Amino acid sequence: MAHIAIPEGLPGISGGFAFRPETAKPMRELAHILLHEPNSLAPGERELIATYVSSQNDCYFCQTSHGAAAAAHLGDDEIVKRVKADFQHADISDKLKALLVIAGKVQQGGKHVTAEDVQNARDLGASDLEIHDTVLIAAAFCMYNRYVDGLGTWQPRDESMYAAMGKHLATEGYRKPSTENVEVA
Amino acid sequence: MPHIELPDGLFGIRSAMAFRPETAKPLNELVEVLLRGPSSLTPGERELIATYVSYLNDCYYCQTIHGAIAAASLNDDEELVKRVKADFQHADISDKLKALLLIASKVQKGGKHVTAEDVEQARSLGATDVEIHDTVLIAAAFCMYNRYVDGLATVQPHDDEMYRARGKRVAREGYVTVSTEYLAAATAGR
Repeated sequence: MAHIAIPEGLPGISGGFAFRPETAKPMRELAHILLHEPNSLAPGERELIATYVSSQNDCYFCQTSHGAAAAAHLGDDEIVKRVKADFQHADISDKLKALLVIAGKVQQGGKHVTAEDVQNARDLGASDLEIHDTVLIAAAFCMYNRYVDGLGTWQPRDESMYAAMGKHLATEGYRKPSTENVEVA
Repeated sequence: MPHIELPDGLFGIRSAMAFRPETAKPLNELVEVLLRGPSSLTPGERELIATYVSYLNDCYYCQTIHGAIAAASLNDDEELVKRVKADFQHADISDKLKALLLIASKVQKGGKHVTAEDVEQARSLGATDVEIHDTVLIAAAFCMYNRYVDGLATVQPHDDEMYRARGKRVAREGYVTVSTEYLAAATAGR
């Protein structure tokens, strides 16, 4: 049961958003810009960063919904599992691996990111904007993950629900609720 | 030196926000709603939660500027801010706020650390569901802001007077209003 009386039947962050629309608005907008709007990093790459950080934070809802969004963008479930388990051996670019190292450091704490981590990403072609967005995506998911788990939200184990949510997020982005048209078991 | 090329003459989160005004907008709107929007918790109480979490995350810029905004919102009581950071259980704040700070500290470690007992304790001391929600989200949001500021290695001067003056200004005018100034200056400098 959730720690507070959030509307029933809404999984994960949707419950928190419905409870407090005033804070939902900028939180949705931030996710939309970071993950969905045009960027030199593909949406699938950015969703992998979000998924990886959520997995490091052990947030079931976020790693599953963003993993589904990543899979929808990339047309590949296996790569998502591989990135979570061992991204250094996943079939992704060396640049993305270097950015995932930075994201993993941010998850532990901002000061863990070293000049060498950043130089390595830059040597592999990462721009300042890509490094900035990687740091902010990782930081933002340290917020979203804590919000979802800190309220004790309902996080159903229902793969088809997450798959539908992932498709919606991949096509529509984050400005509107993704659960409206999802049949929740 | 910052990890990426940030605009000169700006410090802490302001330099990062000026680098990327698109994300600065929702970041400022979120902090404005959480710390200054209509709430049964006073701005001073909410700033103390933000300061405490930033202190636990060891973010110098955030704990100092939010400590200064908290003091400006609490009759310039800088001692109270220090006390909350060092040992909030013995600070001169309400028992309800102590229970909320405990929840905030759990969120800082990770969302799953918050227990039903922590929440029940806050509720029995008068905390509402919205207050509990906002405490969780303030703590979570500062786990983002702190990582953003330190993860980019922003410049964070050690200058008490600068933070004091800025704290008073933000307490008076708010985050969004103050941000329009440095965001506009950075955009003009491009």
